Amino acid sequence: MSLSNLRAIAAIYKFELHRFRRTLLTGLLVPVITTTLYFVVFGGAIGSRMTEVDGIPYAAFIVPGLIMMAMFTESIFNASFGIYMPKFTGTIYELLSAPVSATETIIAYVGAAATKSLIIGTIIFLTAHLFVDVPVAHPLAMVGFMILIAVSFCLFGFILGIWAQSFEQLQVIPMLLIMPMTFLGGAFYSVQMLAEPWRTITLFNPIVYLISGFRWTFFGKGDVGIEFSLIFVAGMLTICLGIIGWMFRTGYRLKK
Amino acid sequence: MASIIEIEGLTKSYASGFKALNGVDLTIEEGEIFALLGPNGAGKTTMISIICGIARASSGSVKVAGHDIVRDYRGARAAIGLVPQELSTDQFERVIDTVTFSRGLFGKPRNPAHVEKILRDLSLWDKRNAKILELSGGMKRRVMIAKALSHEPRVLFLDEPTAGVDVELRRDMWKLIGQLRETGVTIILTTHYIEEAEEMADRVGVINRGELMLVEDKTALMKKLGKKTLTVVLAERLDAVPAELAEWQVTLKGDGQEIEYIFDTQAERTGVSSLLRRLGDLGIGYKDLNTAQSSLEDIFVALVHREKAA
Ligand SMILES: Nc1ncnc2c1ncn2[C@@H]1O[C@H](COP(=O)(O)OP(=O)(O)OP(=O)(O)O)[C@@H](O)[C@H]1O
Ligand SMILES: [Mg+2]
Repeated sequence: MSLSNLRAIAAIYKFELHRFRRTLLTGLLVPVITTTLYFVVFGGAIGSRMTEVDGIPYAAFIVPGLIMMAMFTESIFNASFGIYMPKFTGTIYELLSAPVSATETIIAYVGAAATKSLIIGTIIFLTAHLFVDVPVAHPLAMVGFMILIAVSFCLFGFILGIWAQSFEQLQVIPMLLIMPMTFLGGAFYSVQMLAEPWRTITLFNPIVYLISGFRWTFFGKGDVGIEFSLIFVAGMLTICLGIIGWMFRTGYRLKK
Repeated sequence: MASIIEIEGLTKSYASGFKALNGVDLTIEEGEIFALLGPNGAGKTTMISIICGIARASSGSVKVAGHDIVRDYRGARAAIGLVPQELSTDQFERVIDTVTFSRGLFGKPRNPAHVEKILRDLSLWDKRNAKILELSGGMKRRVMIAKALSHEPRVLFLDEPTAGVDVELRRDMWKLIGQLRETGVTIILTTHYIEEAEEMADRVGVINRGELMLVEDKTALMKKLGKKTLTVVLAERLDAVPAELAEWQVTLKGDGQEIEYIFDTQAERTGVSSLLRRLGDLGIGYKDLNTAQSSLEDIFVALVHREKAA
């Protein structure tokens, strides 16, 4: 850990938020519209047939999953772009030649991307209230969980951005891996609703534990115990930090 | 003078296995302007990239202002401003924001007065609120210089500052570099143009195929390299060089239509006027005269040969 250039963290953080502000309107409108659409389709059309899951009204049941899904994609997208673009345009030379440590770089980029994810998560949460009553059993845990998820997925996005050597590579992991895993991870249903062997197979999907954990903070229960969810979040954080540490030590795809 | 950069045994092999630097030793004195000359692919950018932290050395060591660039990278990098060869800027940012950002990135407290001074010095003040994408190429390069100067570096690297820049801007650049030197900043620049080194540098290093072939005081070097070629286009073909011209060691070129004479511009007597007089005496008429400076390419060839001979 090396933290002595706090001004650099502030400069990068500000720069990144400024970048987000340029696309503020679309950036905030898109999650609101998407959430509304999900409510119309899932909450309205399907929810009218399937009124309750696990004793929770279906429209409320899907809220944590919706928030998680948006935060996964936003975090990965924003964090990966934040570091990929300087690589792509060549402006990364300045970061590499600055008296800035790896830790400071990560705090700044991941912090900025996580901030945006948290804002979007909050907007979706508020939008959902327009459609349905959403009780929150553990508000502090909910906020804490959102922060953990935002940071973990932004770290993951940051790794992706360093690894990617084309725009295609940048898109492929979120689209081909994270999206399907989220859909199959119980964003819109309870794992308990599945028949065997699918229920057991689903438990190999780490996303299940993340969504379940977040749902627990709302309703006090999830598909799996909250302790398992926390283990998975901690595991993801540790793995991402390990990979980033290695990337900076070896200069992987950053330094020639 | 104290040295500000000490390079020892620097080598660099790229991942492809290509050896771009091969045991470079070099010391730069504080306050001097050092020009690094070399043909395409010689290793100039590679050397600068390593010093600035953009590339890793395969072996060897570099110290900047007494700080090792790996062990004490913060100290070393804080002392350096870099203007890379490629134009790369954040197109959507405003000029003043991007310069302020650079200062923060290098850990310096805000100082709007200093940023203003730099922008004024670089004739960018009027454009301070423009987005970078609205600027011309020459202005963009000046923005990059402003960014590099924003944190008051002791050493400034300019990797081909005048590549693709028009004559006027080139003059401006030379003037600017002169002004910077007055403030005590050490400047290391790379170039392909020998006249650029001649104009500005205190010392010149010539690099070729990853090896520093010579480092010399500019005046001494110019003496060595200051050879010119005089071509006399004859009115009528000659079959052989007349014996009367032996003293000038001229050669016959262009199918006997031209006489070529190589002379030293720094010599007291260049021999040009006496040669022309002798031609007149011999009744050899000529249609045209022209002189050409030995090109950088010639100089490298000469250096490589000298190296082999030694
Ligand atoms: N990332 C890289 N991977 C592999 N080889 C490289 C890389 N960068 C540069 N090289 C090679 O290293 C050699 C030196 O390149 P460098 O950019 O340092 O030259 P230069 O002296 O700056 O040339 P120029 O005057 O054209 O800018 C060249 O042969 C180049 O092809
Ligand atoms: Mg170069």
